Amino acid sequence: MTAARARKFGLWAFVALSLIALGLSDLQSNRPDPWNTLVALGRGFLTPDFGTDGLWLGAALTVAFALVGVLFAAAVGLVLAPFYANPVVRGFCVTLRSIHELFWALLLMQVTGLGPLTGLLAIGIPYSGIFARVFSDLLSETPQSAASALPRSTPRTSLILYARLPLAWDQIKAYALYRIECGLRSSAVLGFIGLPTLGYLLETFFRQAHYSQAAAVLYLFFALILPVRLWMRWSLTPLYLVAALWLLALQKFPPMGEGALIRFLTEDIVPAPLRNGGELLPWLTKLLETQALPGTLTTVILAQVALALAAFIAIFGFPALVPRVSGRIGSTIAHGVFVVLRSIPDYMLAFVFLQILGPSLLPAVLALGLHNGAIIAHLLGQQSRGLALRPDAPSGLSLWGYELLPRQSGTIWALCLYRWEIIIRDSAIMGLLGLGTLGFFIEKNVQELRLDRVVVLLLVSAALTLVVDHISTRLRASMRLRLGPQSVTT
Amino acid sequence: MGGIVHLEKRTLGWGETPVLTDVTLTVGIGERIALLGRSGTGKSTLLAALREEVEKTTHRAALVPQDLGLVPQLSTFHNVYMGRLDDFGTLRNLGTLVYPRAKDRSEVGAILASVGLPDMLRKPAETLSGGQRQRVAIARALYRGGEVVFADEPVSAVDITQGHHLIEQLHARFSTSVMALHNVDLARAHATRVIGLKGGRITFDLAAVDLTDAQVAELYA
Repeated sequence: MTAARARKFGLWAFVALSLIALGLSDLQSNRPDPWNTLVALGRGFLTPDFGTDGLWLGAALTVAFALVGVLFAAAVGLVLAPFYANPVVRGFCVTLRSIHELFWALLLMQVTGLGPLTGLLAIGIPYSGIFARVFSDLLSETPQSAASALPRSTPRTSLILYARLPLAWDQIKAYALYRIECGLRSSAVLGFIGLPTLGYLLETFFRQAHYSQAAAVLYLFFALILPVRLWMRWSLTPLYLVAALWLLALQKFPPMGEGALIRFLTEDIVPAPLRNGGELLPWLTKLLETQALPGTLTTVILAQVALALAAFIAIFGFPALVPRVSGRIGSTIAHGVFVVLRSIPDYMLAFVFLQILGPSLLPAVLALGLHNGAIIAHLLGQQSRGLALRPDAPSGLSLWGYELLPRQSGTIWALCLYRWEIIIRDSAIMGLLGLGTLGFFIEKNVQELRLDRVVVLLLVSAALTLVVDHISTRLRASMRLRLGPQSVTT
Repeated sequence: MGGIVHLEKRTLGWGETPVLTDVTLTVGIGERIALLGRSGTGKSTLLAALREEVEKTTHRAALVPQDLGLVPQLSTFHNVYMGRLDDFGTLRNLGTLVYPRAKDRSEVGAILASVGLPDMLRKPAETLSGGQRQRVAIARALYRGGEVVFADEPVSAVDITQGHHLIEQLHARFSTSVMALHNVDLARAHATRVIGLKGGRITFDLAAVDLTDAQVAELYA
């Protein structure tokens, strides 16, 4: 199939699948009167209350978890990157990153409790896998001339250190900075499962309907994440790191009993029938039929509808970011809206929507669609502003229809396919909010202390991510779409 | 044969398209070979093939590639030190990246001074001029040392007096050399043997003293 036919076919398949998923999803708003909550929330945003105990500590801990977790992962990723071509290393990294930070945290909590180590590893483990892949790409894409001037007998490590690493260093730093921004989101969201970050405070205040305090939490989060490129100076990293470690070491947390790790590995995660006697296969079949299958189906359906919404927002939203279409004022306003939407974690956004709209897939669809749509739109807007247009090109929506959209169609496809994998990962965790995706069943089993089931469901979730990643890669190849690592970072 | 490297009826090129066909050539110990010819006639290809052959043997070779192969972000010291990465262990190389030893610094400093770059150890390569970069690449080869040097237009960015001086230095360090040269006078002054390349093959291969002006004119015609 030619690339053009593949894209045409892909478009129809995408529309059809999205409509089917839409038909299968429950999008009803169950809250009798969302306006009451909305008004109360609006009032809270106008009267934020920064005077609560623990607010500033929560903010500091959010930064500390993010910094230490991401820098630890960057160091591990850098060490693994040169060996990424090795199938064992690659498989290991792929597995690490196919499980969401929140799921890692749920699992780690059984071993390390609610202590700082849980938060650090929950961010550090999946990010290590991501860093290893991206750093490996960056290292291999450096110019060859310096490496080929060296004698063939030069040790590999020395060659990488001298002739590759310095050439990729600027890009490595830029990517790590982008990941610190992501780490702040992950760190905040870890609060929703009990770690002492901003997410914890947000959830508490919302549940108590203390909207002024909740608004303060959100404002504080934005005050940290929006200027991250200003305060995150590489020369200050050692200072930040020491302060973060010191802060984390000061935190008191409920101690775990002796031998938690041994018990976890030798008892908790061993399938129940093997522990207590019984048939393994019926146990597994039942688990897959009653939990894994419905969880996976809901995850896929949610992801499909959310991806369709994200694509819709991106396609119709990105021209608003181009001054030649929306004017200077219009594009500035649009830029502000999109920055807020892509800075707030989709899980946090879904939580807020859930409080307003009540439980259904709708809050998750909106959150995933808006957040991911804003990211794609931002990247498209950035590229559109850089396009070389003929001097007499039209302006306004004609420019969008005749120049920007056709020229960017390949990029739109590539970004949507790339985001699909991320949306699947994030759809799975939406279950922690009570929606029926894989996360719902995972959390239910965590609460019942059935960790053997948790491990199986996590493997299912990882497998789902890998399958989607594989399909997405194949589709991108058949449509001749290629994205450099820098074009997927915001 | 007492040669350092030998090619027998080889077809050389990048990928599918041959640049040079039917190349038979032996580089003998102590020879100073100059490769002449217009650009695009395969001088770099021939140099790369010779280097590839030598890498398979135990002979030690150094290289001054046409694109220099410097790492712009690293200091001149590190760019020169890179010539001997394979002599040292990875740990030592890693340590040198963080903090160079005094002995290495003075050794590299002396070589840099000899090619006309005194007191430039700390300067990043990206801040140097074209001619200075070329000297750093030559210094890297000098620091490495060995039996043979392969140099591709090593003095194209410096003036003619400097060019003579730099080639003399390379010849003082390496007993055998193969250089692609853009300047016939340089070849006549320093080479013992000249090889002309044209139309995808070797058109002459003779002692430098026997090279006639007519042959040169024909080569560049």
